[in-house]
Amino acid sequence: MAHHDTHADHAHDDHHGPEKGIMRWIKTTNHKDLGTLYLFFAFTMFFIGGLMSLVIRAELFVPGLQFVQPEFFNQMTTMHALVMIFGGVMPAFVGLANWMVPMMIGCSDLALPRVNNWGFWILPFAFGLLLSTLFMDGGAPAGGWTMYPPLVLQTGEAFPFLIFAVHLMGISSITGAINVVVTILNMRAPGMTLLKMPLFVWTWLITAYLLIAVMPVLAGAVTMLLTDKYFGTSFFTASGGGDPVLFQHIFWFFGHPEVYIMILPAFGIVSTIIPTFARKALFGYDSMVYATASIAFLSFIVWAHHMFTVGMPLAGELFFMFATMLIAVPTGVKVFNWVATMWKGSMTFETPMLFALGFVFLFTIGGFSGLMLAITPVDFQYHDTYFVVAHFHYVLVPGAVFSIIAAVYYWIPKWTGRMYNEFWGKVHFWLSAIFINLTFFPQHFAGLAGMQRRVPDYAVQFTDWNVISSIGAFGFFAAQFIFIINILACCYGWFGRKQGLPARVWEGAHGLEWTVPSPAPYHTFEDPPQVTEAELTAVHDKTDALDGHKLA
Amino acid sequence: MNSNPRRHALRLVLVTAGMFGFGYALVPLYNMLCDAFGINGKVATTAARVGTVEVDRSRTVTVEFVTTVNGGRPWKFRAEQASIDVHPGQLYTVNFYATNTEGHDLVAQAVPQVAPWDAAKHLRKTECFCFNNQTFKAGEEKRMPVVFMLDPELPAYVDRVTLSYTFFDVTDVAMQQNRGT
Ligand code: HEM
Ligand SMILES: [Cu+2]
Repeated sequence: MAHHDTHADHAHDDHHGPEKGIMRWIKTTNHKDLGTLYLFFAFTMFFIGGLMSLVIRAELFVPGLQFVQPEFFNQMTTMHALVMIFGGVMPAFVGLANWMVPMMIGCSDLALPRVNNWGFWILPFAFGLLLSTLFMDGGAPAGGWTMYPPLVLQTGEAFPFLIFAVHLMGISSITGAINVVVTILNMRAPGMTLLKMPLFVWTWLITAYLLIAVMPVLAGAVTMLLTDKYFGTSFFTASGGGDPVLFQHIFWFFGHPEVYIMILPAFGIVSTIIPTFARKALFGYDSMVYATASIAFLSFIVWAHHMFTVGMPLAGELFFMFATMLIAVPTGVKVFNWVATMWKGSMTFETPMLFALGFVFLFTIGGFSGLMLAITPVDFQYHDTYFVVAHFHYVLVPGAVFSIIAAVYYWIPKWTGRMYNEFWGKVHFWLSAIFINLTFFPQHFAGLAGMQRRVPDYAVQFTDWNVISSIGAFGFFAAQFIFIINILACCYGWFGRKQGLPARVWEGAHGLEWTVPSPAPYHTFEDPPQVTEAELTAVHDKTDALDGHKLA
Repeated sequence: MNSNPRRHALRLVLVTAGMFGFGYALVPLYNMLCDAFGINGKVATTAARVGTVEVDRSRTVTVEFVTTVNGGRPWKFRAEQASIDVHPGQLYTVNFYATNTEGHDLVAQAVPQVAPWDAAKHLRKTECFCFNNQTFKAGEEKRMPVVFMLDPELPAYVDRVTLSYTFFDVTDVAMQQNRGT
C-alpha cells in the first residue's frame, strides 16, 4: 500500500521506486500496486453492495411496504448480487493473487504486467456502466442476477448496459486468470515444483482454469440475450422456436463453477493461515490438492441442481442429485484436514486465525444446507425460498468474505510493515461472527416455513425471523468500519503506528513471502530466490524439516 | 519449464475463444438431445403421419387443455372443453377459440407444450393452429380445430396428459419477414 517508496533498505537500488501522484496508479504494471488497486476497488464495491443489502433488509424489517416500491426492491436484489459477486468477491481474490502469487513462487511480477493493468482498469468502467443504470428510465436491471429470460428481456434502457457490463467483467476476469496460469506455470523459482507450491497458489491455479472455462460461456449466454432482444434471434424466445429453459442450462453451466471460483481461493487462504497459528504443517497437503482438483472437475457436472423444479426427466434429477452430493466428499476431506492440522497444535488465536476458524465452522454449515438442497424431492419445497438465501450467504459471507478479511489481517503487516491493532481485530471478529449468524441463521427457518425470496413483502408469521435478520444485517455492516479503520491505519500510519516488523511477521509462518523485508519492497525476487526446505515445510507433512524454525 | 509465456498466454486465449463457441454449441446440442429423448415436453410443430394404428379400447387417458396468452394481452383464448377422455390409437378433434379483442390486426403464434414430458412424443397431431402463424383482424374470432391421437406406446403409467398452448404476439417479426420476401 502506501509508503513503499520511503522504505529505507530497498533491496534493489538499481530500480526506481514508483512514480509519484495519480499517474503511478493509472500506469502501474507492478503486481503489488495492482493488488492494492484491486483490493481498494473490491472494498468500495463491498460497501456499495452492502448499502443495497441494507435497503433490502430495511424493507423486510416488518411486513408490508415501508420504504421502497417493489420495482426498486427487485433492482436492489439484482444489483446487490451482481456488485458483490463480480465487483466484490472476485476482484478481492484477484487482488490477493496479484500481491501474493509472485511473492509465494519467487518471481518478480506476473507474466503479463500490461495485461494486468488493463484487466484492472476495465473494472471501473464495467461497474460505472452497471451502476449508471440506477439513474435510467425504467431503473436498473431487476430480473435477478441470474438474468433468466423472458423476464430479463423486459428490462428497459438498462438492458444493453447490463450485458456490456457483464462482458467487461468477463474480459477482466479472463485476462487476470490467463495471467495467473502463465505466471504459475512458467515463472516459479527453481526448486518450487508443482507439488511444493503453497496451497493458495494451487487453489488459484485451479480457479484460473475454471474462469477461463466458464466466463466465455457466460459471455455467450448474455450475447444470446442481447441478440434475442434487439436482433430478432430466438435462442430463448418460445414464439420463435427457442426455449427459455435452455438459458438456465447455459447460465448454470457457468454458474455452478462460478460459485467454486468464489470459494477455492478461500480454501487456499485458510489452508495457509491455520498451519501458521497451529504451528504445525498442513495435514494432508497432497490430498488438499487432489480434493481441490476434484471439486473443480465435479463443478462442471452438477449445474442442473439449480433447476430441479423446471421439469427434468427423472434420470436427470437423480444424476444431478447424486453428482451434487459427491462434491461433499472432497469438501469434507478439506474440512477434516483443517481440523487435523489443528489437532495437538499449539494454537494461538490472533485475528486472522479467528476469521479462519470462523470460516471452517460457518462454511461447513453452508455446506450442510447445500446437501439438503441437493436432495431433489425436498428441493421442491426449498427452491426459491429464504432457505436457499441462507445457504448461499453462509458459504459466501462467513465463507468467501471471512477468508478475504482473514487474508488482509494476515498479510497487512507484510504489505505495510505495520501491525494492525489486535484488540480491535478481535472485537471486529466477534461482532462479525455474532451479527452474521443473527442475519442468516433465522433465514433458514423463514425459508423452511415458506417465505419466498426476491419479494418485498411477506406473511406476518415470518416477522420475528425477519426482525432478527435485519438487526443482524445492520450490525454486521456497522462492525466493518472497525476493520476499515484498522486497515487504513496500517496503510497510512495513523495512531502513531510505526514500521519495523521482522521479515517473518508470524513466527509460525513459512513461505517465500516471509523471507523478504516488511513492508515488502516495491520489487521483490528480481533474481530467483533459493527455495530452502524451511520455506517448503509450510506445505509438507515432514515435520522434521521444521528444525530451522521455532516450534512452540 | 515452459519458457515462452507469450505463446502460453496465446494458447489460453484460444481456449477462451473455444469456450465462447462451446456456449453457442450448447444450443444445437440441447435441441438435439431434447429431440432424441423427447425430454423438454416440446411437441412436433409439423403434421404427424398417422398410419393405421390399432385402437386400444381397454385403456382410457384423460387429455386436459390449458390455454394462456403471453404477456398479459387481453385476447380471449379457450378450448371448447377443458378435457376429453380418449383411447390410444384413435383420432379426436377438439376446437379452440381465440378472439383478438384489440383494435388492430395482429399475428400470433401458439407454442404447444406437453406434460408429463415422456408423453410428448406420443401425442401426434395431424392438424393444429400451432403449425403456422395465425393472423387476426381487429376484433376477429377464430375457431381452430386440433386433430390428434395418443399412440398406444404411451408409457403405461400415464393416465392424464396435459396439452398447453401459449399464444405469443409475433406481429413485428411477421411483418419483417413479409417485407423480406
Ligand atoms: C457442499 C457443497 C454445496 C452443495 C451441495 C450446494 C448445493 C446447492 C443447491 C442444490 C442449490 C440450489 C438450491 C435451489 O435453488 O433450490 C444451491 C444454490 C446456491 N449455492 Fe450452493 N452448494 C454447495 C456449495 C456452495 C458454495 C461453496 C457456494 C459459493 C461459494 C454456493 C453458492 C450457491 C449460490 C450463490 C446459490 C444460489 C444461486 C441462486 O439461485 O441465486 N454453494 N447450492
Ligand atoms: Cu450450484
